[in-house]
Amino acid sequence: MNPALLLIGVCFVAALALGIRARRGHAMTLEQWSVGGRGFGTIFVFVLMAGEIYTTFTFLGGSGWAYGKGAPAFYILCYGTLAYGMSYFLLPVIWRYANAHALVSQADFFVHKYDSEALGIVVSLVSVAAMIPYLVLQLKGLGIIVSEASAGAITAGQAVWTGSAVLVIYVVTSGVRGSAWTAVLKDIMILAVALMLGTYLPAHVHGGFGAMFAQIDRAHPGFLTLPRTGMSPAWFISTVALTALGFYMWPHTFGSCYTARDENVFRRNAVVMPLYQLVLLFVFFTGFAALLEVPGLSGTAVDLSLLRVTDHAFGPWMLGVVGAAGLLTALVPGSMLLMSACTILSKNVYAKLAWREVPEAQVTWLARALVPAVALVSVVLTLRGGSTLVLLLLAAYNVVTQLFPALILSLPNRPIATRQGAMAGILAGEATVVALTLTGATMGSLFPSWPTVIADLNVGIVAMAVNVVVLFAVSGLTGRRPTARQTAL
Amino acid sequence: MRGYRWLAVVPAIGMLGGVPFANRVTPYVFGLPFLLFWVTAWVVLTSAIMCLIYALDRARERDAERGRQ
Repeated sequence: MNPALLLIGVCFVAALALGIRARRGHAMTLEQWSVGGRGFGTIFVFVLMAGEIYTTFTFLGGSGWAYGKGAPAFYILCYGTLAYGMSYFLLPVIWRYANAHALVSQADFFVHKYDSEALGIVVSLVSVAAMIPYLVLQLKGLGIIVSEASAGAITAGQAVWTGSAVLVIYVVTSGVRGSAWTAVLKDIMILAVALMLGTYLPAHVHGGFGAMFAQIDRAHPGFLTLPRTGMSPAWFISTVALTALGFYMWPHTFGSCYTARDENVFRRNAVVMPLYQLVLLFVFFTGFAALLEVPGLSGTAVDLSLLRVTDHAFGPWMLGVVGAAGLLTALVPGSMLLMSACTILSKNVYAKLAWREVPEAQVTWLARALVPAVALVSVVLTLRGGSTLVLLLLAAYNVVTQLFPALILSLPNRPIATRQGAMAGILAGEATVVALTLTGATMGSLFPSWPTVIADLNVGIVAMAVNVVVLFAVSGLTGRRPTARQTAL
Repeated sequence: MRGYRWLAVVPAIGMLGGVPFANRVTPYVFGLPFLLFWVTAWVVLTSAIMCLIYALDRARERDAERGRQ
């Protein structure tokens, strides 16, 4: 067994042990994971908040896109920043309403605002549909790490099966949520690894950031700017805008805002969180350094760049450390997503659709039974799909962003959308997302005669437009009488 | 009046609206190609602007509390 696999194995066992311990005491909820365990001291909270940004996506996907695409990767730095700015105004409003009505889940918010159980079920299904590609992304990340650490002895396909088995074992043994300590361990490791790789590689191997970028610019002209067509400024702007709108539509981030002590938590976060985004810079630096150190990766292989450059520059022991950090960045969010998807399917879909009252124990049992099933679906999708990590996340965002119009229009005291309008808008938007994804349409293929500025826009804009138009049309037809609950706020 | 809250749209306009013009490699700033410097600068400015809005909001709230007493 090589040192890299050994270190990753040790890390996995440690994570399992922490998870099993956590069952006895302080179990961590999805909400706590997102909000950053308020039971901890200030420094821990800072570490947790910083770590919230790092999933396999940012770690391997962010460096992979810097390596494979160059400047378009900068979008990852932008959307979170804008979403945090928006959160200053959005989250306190959601929090006040949720607090006043003792709401627990994201679906509850829609159910209560629009006085419609059916809408709650639709929102639940949409959020699960968005979580699956996000989960696939984590599995892919696990597969990449295991396969790279084994120096190719384990194929990517085998690694995905191993990775998902690891994930299922982790979720089942550590009970519902896993351990807050695993999250802390993950955040410290990932922060240290990102800063170390992102400063060491450019500084020592290439003579500093400026020298490294100059070298890239000479070797790959145009790589450090957005191209004129394709991932052009129009693509960049539309993608950042759409993704920022979807940022808080994830069930875990949405639900996390319910647990805040007071509104000032959100306001302070809006000030501090953009600065944490800056660590992404070091992830980019690593990807750019990899381009010079280990050139030649293409297609989905760009996601390997961070691990390859680590192995190249430091050897197998360091690859083990980075792989172990990567394992945790896949394991912690992956387990949260898996558990959360299963809980939503059981509690917010099955229990609501059942004709009779479903006992709590049965809901819990079903949620647990769904874990291997959902994991299996994700494995099949992982093995079939040929997307890079970033493209997977963009697909997931297109699904979840469709909840935004119905949410934002429910916030005023006199709601603008009716329940039929909200429902029709979401369904039409999602149908458009599915149709666009299946046909692989782009704005350019839909509107071939329009100028490139429009042809390059993120195709998610079409789905969003369909959503909004249908929402207003149906709301107009079904009247604008607010329900008693809506006027109560 | 809380007109100062409109400052919150400045980062979106600056960061995204500026991209077509900032889409260049030179000049390098702190070793970063200009486009990367541009978006990074706006990340920092977003934090500063939100900090300003927060401070103004707090000041207003304190005034309102004093007014009530």
